Amino acid sequence: MHQFTITPLAPWELAGYDVSFTNSALWMLITTVVLIAFVAGGMKRQLVPGRWQMAVETFTGFIDDMLEANIGDAGKKYVPYVFSLFMFILFANILGLLPLGVVGVHPFTFTSHFTVTGVLALITISIVLIVGFWKHGLHFFGLFVPHGTPLPMIPLIFAIELFSFILRPFSLALRLFVAMMAGHVLLEVLSSFVIDGTNAGALWGGVVGLPSFLLMVGICALEILVSGIQAYVFALLTVFYINDAENLH
Amino acid sequence: MPQIAQLMETYASQIFWLLIFFGAVYFIVGRGMVPKVMATVAQRDDQIAADLAAADAARTAADAEEAAWRARENGSRAAAQETLAKAKSEAALASETKLVAAQVGIDARLAEAEAAIAATRNAALAEIEDVAVEAAQDIVGRLAGVKVTKPQAKAAVKEALSHV
Repeated sequence: MHQFTITPLAPWELAGYDVSFTNSALWMLITTVVLIAFVAGGMKRQLVPGRWQMAVETFTGFIDDMLEANIGDAGKKYVPYVFSLFMFILFANILGLLPLGVVGVHPFTFTSHFTVTGVLALITISIVLIVGFWKHGLHFFGLFVPHGTPLPMIPLIFAIELFSFILRPFSLALRLFVAMMAGHVLLEVLSSFVIDGTNAGALWGGVVGLPSFLLMVGICALEILVSGIQAYVFALLTVFYINDAENLH
Repeated sequence: MPQIAQLMETYASQIFWLLIFFGAVYFIVGRGMVPKVMATVAQRDDQIAADLAAADAARTAADAEEAAWRARENGSRAAAQETLAKAKSEAALASETKLVAAQVGIDARLAEAEAAIAATRNAALAEIEDVAVEAAQDIVGRLAGVKVTKPQAKAAVKEALSHV
């Protein structure tokens, strides 16, 4: 579990709160810098794009299509937010997976902390609430009563729908946090099998260490996939929730 | 689990730095760079659409040009054909008129010649009659010693000639 430990690098207290610059904040900074560098590399604005520009345009087009398909024309204005969210999570997940431990630098996956994923989920839900009440006023509560609900069922359905709506930020935040943490824990457990098995001699190294090592290679590939999928799921659910606010039903 | 064990000491720092860095990403990348990237894509799409439209317009113009050329060509061909037909029919008419005129001339000369032949023959026949009448009178007078009047001889000759 050491890989999830937050260690302060530069202690700093602000208005009674401890806002030290930690290894977590450092990796947020690295993610931000890498992401800016990536997108900036695609800003040559050539009519015939190069490979880098093509890659960046693929990502913006992907987010744009997702919003267009789920929300419609009104979805255009959320491209900056959803793009930032998707790319920030994607880069954080992948940077946290880099095998930099080999050269003595320990990556920190800040998306494996629910304080981080929780804040991102709350930002999404805040946007949903603000847009929903801004556009529809009190009609936004109609979201909790699906069309065609029989009158006697309305209070019960309303309570259930409201409860599921309140749970949305939790499911959003926990899904990403759990997926990232589980993957890293799994890799750590398997790597301990490899090291302990090999240390226990050639027999155990062959029976436990080698298969665990081969499994780790596969799991690493799977984790890269999970990094992408979790970023996609977070962005896609954000788009669904914004669609609820934008179009009600 | 450090996420829970360290929650109370680190939540403020986590939230603070996340808001700063995610905010930076949102404003620098999301608001600053992404619209420019998407504008480039839109500009390229517009350019392609405009080029396709221009190509389409050029093809339509070429088609119209060709159709006009074809119509013009057909028109001049028809005019040429008409001129040719007119000239042909005029020539035919003229030759026919000439032919008719020549025919009339030939017919007239033929009729004239026939009339002349008929007149000559009649004259010859009349002469033969006269000669025959005189000869018959003379022959009868000499042989039979009978004096035959001219009308009698003439009637006899006429009768005999009609048998010829």
